[in-house]
Amino acid sequence: MMQNQKTVLKWGFAVAALLFGVAAWAAVDMPGGPAVRQLNLQPAVTKIAEDIIWLHWVMLAICTVIFVAVFGVMFYSIYAHRRSKGHKPATFHESTAVEIAWTIVPTIIVVIMAGLATKTVVAMKDTSGADITIKATGYQWKWGYDYIKGEGEGIAFFSTLSTPREQIEDANSKAREDNVHYLLQTDNDVVVPVGKKIRILTTANDVIHAWWVPAFGVKQDAIPGFIRDTWFKAEKTGTFRGNCAELCGKEHGFMPIVVQVVEPAAYAEWVDKKKKEMLAKQDDPNKVWDMAGLMDRGAKVYAANCVACHQASGKGVPGAFPALDGAKFVTGPKDNTMAILVNGRQGTAMASFKGLSDVELAAAATYVRNSWGNKTGDMVAPADVKAARAWDAGKVSQLTAKAN
Amino acid sequence: MSAVLDPHGKPHDGHDDGHGHGHGDHHHGPPAGIWRWMTTTNHKDIGTLYLWFSFFMFLSGGVLALTIRAELFQPGLQIVRPEFFNQLTTMHGLIMVFGAIMPAFVGFANWMIPLQIGAPDMAFARMNNWSFWLLIPAAILLIASFFVPGGATAAGWTLYAPLSTQMGPGMDMAIFAMHIMGASSIMGSINIVTTILNMRAPGMTLMKMPMFCWTWLITAYLLIAVMPVLAGAITMVLTDRHFGTSFFNAAGGGDPVMYQHIFWFFGHPEVYIMILPAFGIVSHIIPAFARKQLFGYASMVYATSSIAILSFIVWAHHMFTTGIPVAGQLFFMYATMLIAVPTGVKVFNWIATMWKGSMTFETPMLFAVGFIFVFTMGGFTGLICAITPIDIQIQDTYYVVAHFHYVLVAGSLYALFAGAYYWLPKWTGHMYSEGLGKLHFWASLIFFNITFFPMHFLGLAGMPRRIPDYATQFTDFNMVATIGAFGFGLSQLIFLVVVLKCIKGGPKAADKPWDGAEGLEWEVPSPAPYHTFETPPVVK
Repeated sequence: MMQNQKTVLKWGFAVAALLFGVAAWAAVDMPGGPAVRQLNLQPAVTKIAEDIIWLHWVMLAICTVIFVAVFGVMFYSIYAHRRSKGHKPATFHESTAVEIAWTIVPTIIVVIMAGLATKTVVAMKDTSGADITIKATGYQWKWGYDYIKGEGEGIAFFSTLSTPREQIEDANSKAREDNVHYLLQTDNDVVVPVGKKIRILTTANDVIHAWWVPAFGVKQDAIPGFIRDTWFKAEKTGTFRGNCAELCGKEHGFMPIVVQVVEPAAYAEWVDKKKKEMLAKQDDPNKVWDMAGLMDRGAKVYAANCVACHQASGKGVPGAFPALDGAKFVTGPKDNTMAILVNGRQGTAMASFKGLSDVELAAAATYVRNSWGNKTGDMVAPADVKAARAWDAGKVSQLTAKAN
Repeated sequence: MSAVLDPHGKPHDGHDDGHGHGHGDHHHGPPAGIWRWMTTTNHKDIGTLYLWFSFFMFLSGGVLALTIRAELFQPGLQIVRPEFFNQLTTMHGLIMVFGAIMPAFVGFANWMIPLQIGAPDMAFARMNNWSFWLLIPAAILLIASFFVPGGATAAGWTLYAPLSTQMGPGMDMAIFAMHIMGASSIMGSINIVTTILNMRAPGMTLMKMPMFCWTWLITAYLLIAVMPVLAGAITMVLTDRHFGTSFFNAAGGGDPVMYQHIFWFFGHPEVYIMILPAFGIVSHIIPAFARKQLFGYASMVYATSSIAILSFIVWAHHMFTTGIPVAGQLFFMYATMLIAVPTGVKVFNWIATMWKGSMTFETPMLFAVGFIFVFTMGGFTGLICAITPIDIQIQDTYYVVAHFHYVLVAGSLYALFAGAYYWLPKWTGHMYSEGLGKLHFWASLIFFNITFFPMHFLGLAGMPRRIPDYATQFTDFNMVATIGAFGFGLSQLIFLVVVLKCIKGGPKAADKPWDGAEGLEWEVPSPAPYHTFETPPVVK
């Protein structure tokens, strides 16, 4: 049945391709994400997602029956009661009994429909008794994760889109065609153990985002300044993919969510590895940085955090995101650059990047002050950033004022 | 009653042409040239202005939509940048809702309500002029916002805070445009309510009033109730942006979700504002071409009122994923499901009207039947969206995009076309080209479904809305949708041709060109003279 449907569709697209002179896309299904020409919800990995699929089928079936019945009557009438067939109009125009009947029957039907869903609504809201709690923070435009309770407590990382920029920007990219996970891949996937109840707390740093993994039947808005929660218990191992579901600005389409569900042993291993990695990644506080080292590191920080808005050229996007190349707040006193990096700029899309380490911020500041046409020649040391974090609000607002 | 009201608010050029205030219909013609339109207080002139304005905005919004569809033809970024893409989706929504659909219905109200109730004009004729001309600066603000630094607002037509507090000056322009349009809507609504309640011909009791007037009366009350709510929401965004308030900023003690509550308290009745007058139009056309009286007139009135009342207690079904408590989710799910009941009653009544009629299928009837058929599909997907767990899965996906285009395009827009074809002979005095009209209908119906039906699949499969680029697995259905969209867009030019041809000439229309039509509007000549019902007719 499914196969037949697919064949018919395939032929349909082949014909359309011939007609319109476009090549039907040769993509393959994405495991844990959408399939090619998928018609229904993604296969369920949790009980909730299963319930949703079941509810959807029930709704679809009831609606289809009513639809066929009602429009069967209408099309019969259109066929039979037309003037060209010599049908003479009847004169009836009201019937209280009929009106009451077709008010009461639909009321019963819709109450039954909602009744069927009630249990699932309640179950989706029950976030109690979680094994592991993970906080997901939406940023423009990446996700930050903190494992705050349960096995893996203390792990924290950012997760950004790992699809290479060229694949997105090139009009006809062959690499894009070959990339099965195009746009639904990250540099740091969330990892959770199978069969455990995972509670996700959502919040955001700037605007509203939404944390969504279709295979789990989970979608929860991430609201700046507030904490919301949701949960899932994956019953299968695998990698499952979703994206931010709430419009959050320019790169809204480019902040995926990827969750790897693994066996408990593999999870323990991952926790161990991740913790070691985090230790190793911490920069040696006693390391003395030179210009070349900071520039090198800064290029990486810039590519991961800044390039989406300010562009690789440092020219920004006119009218939307300011150029850094030649900007006064970059080439002027380094206090201004640091204040903006640490605190963001009120009333603009420039967020605070205080979540990055002193070394990372120092490297980023050094990099932007000495790239493209910017030649300050000085370097911002991690200690400078450390000092900048302690500035009071008055000093910060003066340094980050738009006039700079 | 007619003596009280001089439909010309003030003297004008050409007034002293020796005719004075005659009793004949043709003596009191309009002045020539642009001043006629600038200063007119005539409900037919103003209706015409509204209709042309909305059609122009419809085409503008359509160009934005086609640019969106062109970008989405295949994965990757080919035509527009992501930031501009967001401006396009936002402005497409704002222009279509506030610039095209709403003013088009006000245009119909201006033209048809006085004719249908036997009134000489609208109650407040000068305010009527003002409520139209306010739309022009609003439209200029909206369209010009594309050209200011940072471009137009890109926060989505819902302008959710705090994203809307990040935007450039284009956002302020959109806020002012909506303030102005809101003022215009409120004035128009007050005018409609007053006209309907005070100026009906002797003998026309409320329960004898044509359905279009009934639906507009209820719509006007909805507008008066909710437009100030929208104004409040966007004013708070404005002060958050510029005057240091923190209504929607948690850091200052505000709440971003409060914006959504306020917005959707406006936004959900707004949906019915755009569909109730459509119900009214269809309730005239089905009986006219079935040659049989509307079935269940009284229940239609009650159903319309129920929909309007229920529309105030369902707003949070747009917010199931914001984390409202379980009791809230259940309440809004059940309340939303209930709206299906009065809406279903309306559909049943229309079909009962067709049943055992003597039907013919001229263009207005085609659009009306097309409306019932395709709009109901949107109604069913609405039921599916109302089920909270399903909604949580498909909220902010293309499923929702498909759903609301089924009710807004196949609903409101089709009813507008049905009404335009139905009353064009009365407006212009000529019959339109039936062949072109039918072509317009079939092209619209087919291309509409090619465009929007695949979006159900995309949404279910997990494609979010408002994204400029997507996973390659979504490509085929997006290509189909884009091809359909260009077909649909081009089909609307047929309508333009039909209308222009109909204005220029064509077979002379009889006073009552549809043998099954009923109502006072068919008792005046075609085209309707500049002044009608200066002496009120008597309704038995």
